[in-house]
Amino acid sequence: MSHYSVWSVLREGLRGQTGWDRAWRDPEPKAEYDVVIVGGGGHGLATAYYLAKNHGITNVAVVEKGWLGGGNTGRNTTIVRSNYVQPVSTQFYEHSVQLWENLSHDLNYNVMFSQRGQLGLFHTPAARDVQAKRVNTMLACGIEAELLDREQVMAMVPHLDYSERARFPILGAILQKRAGTARHDAVAWGFARAADRLGVDILQQTPVTGILREGGAVTGVETARGTIRASKVGVAVAGSTGHVMAMAGIERLPIESHKLQAFVSEPLKPLLDCVIGYGAPGAHFYISQSDKGGMVFGGDLDFYNSYAQRGNLPIVQDVAECAMAIMPCLGRVKLLRHWAGIMDMSMDGTHIMSKTPVERLYMNAGWCYGGFKATPASGWHFADLIANDRPDDLTAAFSLDRFERGYTIDEKGMGPTPKLH
Amino acid sequence: MIRITCPFCGERDHSEFSYGGDATVDYPALDASAEEWTAAVYGRTNPRGPHKEYWHHLNGCRAWLVVERDTLTHEIGTVEFAHPGLRAAMGDGA
Repeated sequence: MSHYSVWSVLREGLRGQTGWDRAWRDPEPKAEYDVVIVGGGGHGLATAYYLAKNHGITNVAVVEKGWLGGGNTGRNTTIVRSNYVQPVSTQFYEHSVQLWENLSHDLNYNVMFSQRGQLGLFHTPAARDVQAKRVNTMLACGIEAELLDREQVMAMVPHLDYSERARFPILGAILQKRAGTARHDAVAWGFARAADRLGVDILQQTPVTGILREGGAVTGVETARGTIRASKVGVAVAGSTGHVMAMAGIERLPIESHKLQAFVSEPLKPLLDCVIGYGAPGAHFYISQSDKGGMVFGGDLDFYNSYAQRGNLPIVQDVAECAMAIMPCLGRVKLLRHWAGIMDMSMDGTHIMSKTPVERLYMNAGWCYGGFKATPASGWHFADLIANDRPDDLTAAFSLDRFERGYTIDEKGMGPTPKLH
Repeated sequence: MIRITCPFCGERDHSEFSYGGDATVDYPALDASAEEWTAAVYGRTNPRGPHKEYWHHLNGCRAWLVVERDTLTHEIGTVEFAHPGLRAAMGDGA
């Protein structure tokens, strides 16, 4: 596997691009590994990478039902930020942003992380208070954030609807300059290649059909390509967590599967040089422009439990209305594609990274809307949990038993209704 | 668009309805143990396949319904009133 560099690009340019190796191997499964990670999405691949890099555990397999980048890693709107209200969440996502900042160098793979800044608009004095609190929480956690007034937002993005008759009058915004976007499928490929170079086996087209246990401890997985024994098994299959954990006898979880749609328009000339998001009662919207020029945007869930990776029409209308309410200049832009991914919506709107009632079986789930931006930190801390069989300081709060202990982390204060988080 | 046949109003687009979540959850007695309440409030089987769930015909007759829907195909099975009194009053064929 060759190292990517300016020189390799020049060399292959002169050789007609004939000398590139495949980016990762396609190995046959071994009979036994130290760790098996179920799920070859961004989180699973990142976990395998950090197991090898940070903990020296290289006898690892990532077992994936489909292909890399075919699930939620390739279905999100690519936004990366760390502006949360709950201190433990904002600290976790801040660690992720810090990892993102050096990820392309670390992986030797260009994930096109672009810190173009994110504006979270607010439309009422009450919403301004909420965002001011968010800024204060972030500053107290050592994370840079600014509260902008209406004139500052107008100077930054002049083509929003600032008119008298705007459905959502813009009073100002919270700005995180270090937030941005990344190329999502490159994240899966980059982690896969980097993990593979450290010796991790990536097994695609290998659905897990059972989780093997003896005496209350996990001993491996049953797959369509045979039995694979393992000392430890980590499950990172957001969207299908309930389905996979049921194979280990864990029938009930504080998670519902919901679908979230994303949209991309035809390519346009440069129109938006930052990420914009807003939320108001009945409206939820976020948008950025990809490097190819497409406007990438999304909104709310479809609001009913679903495992179908396709969106339904009422939310298409809803999101289009949200777009027009804030950026009327999009009115004649044609939609190119829309699709859906399956979210693990947890009961408090926060992820679960935890040991489970089955010994040496670990779960990484419940990411709600936040999975993509969490990818590097999720892998980092899940690898630490698996390697040391105990949560680190930043992960302990995200345990599965927080619900029965009464320590939920409810970012929006919505209570145990997954679709509302 | 999913179409749900409301026993009162007939076949309607699901945009007339509001989703109310898992209808198989049995809430325990008020003095039940914390474990039972935790399981009822937070524990979901979240099936991939047939799922009994509440839908509220919010922009219609406003009745709460129990709908059987496949979470993978969105196919609708049985639909009945959630309230047992209403179910009895309207009869099985309603």
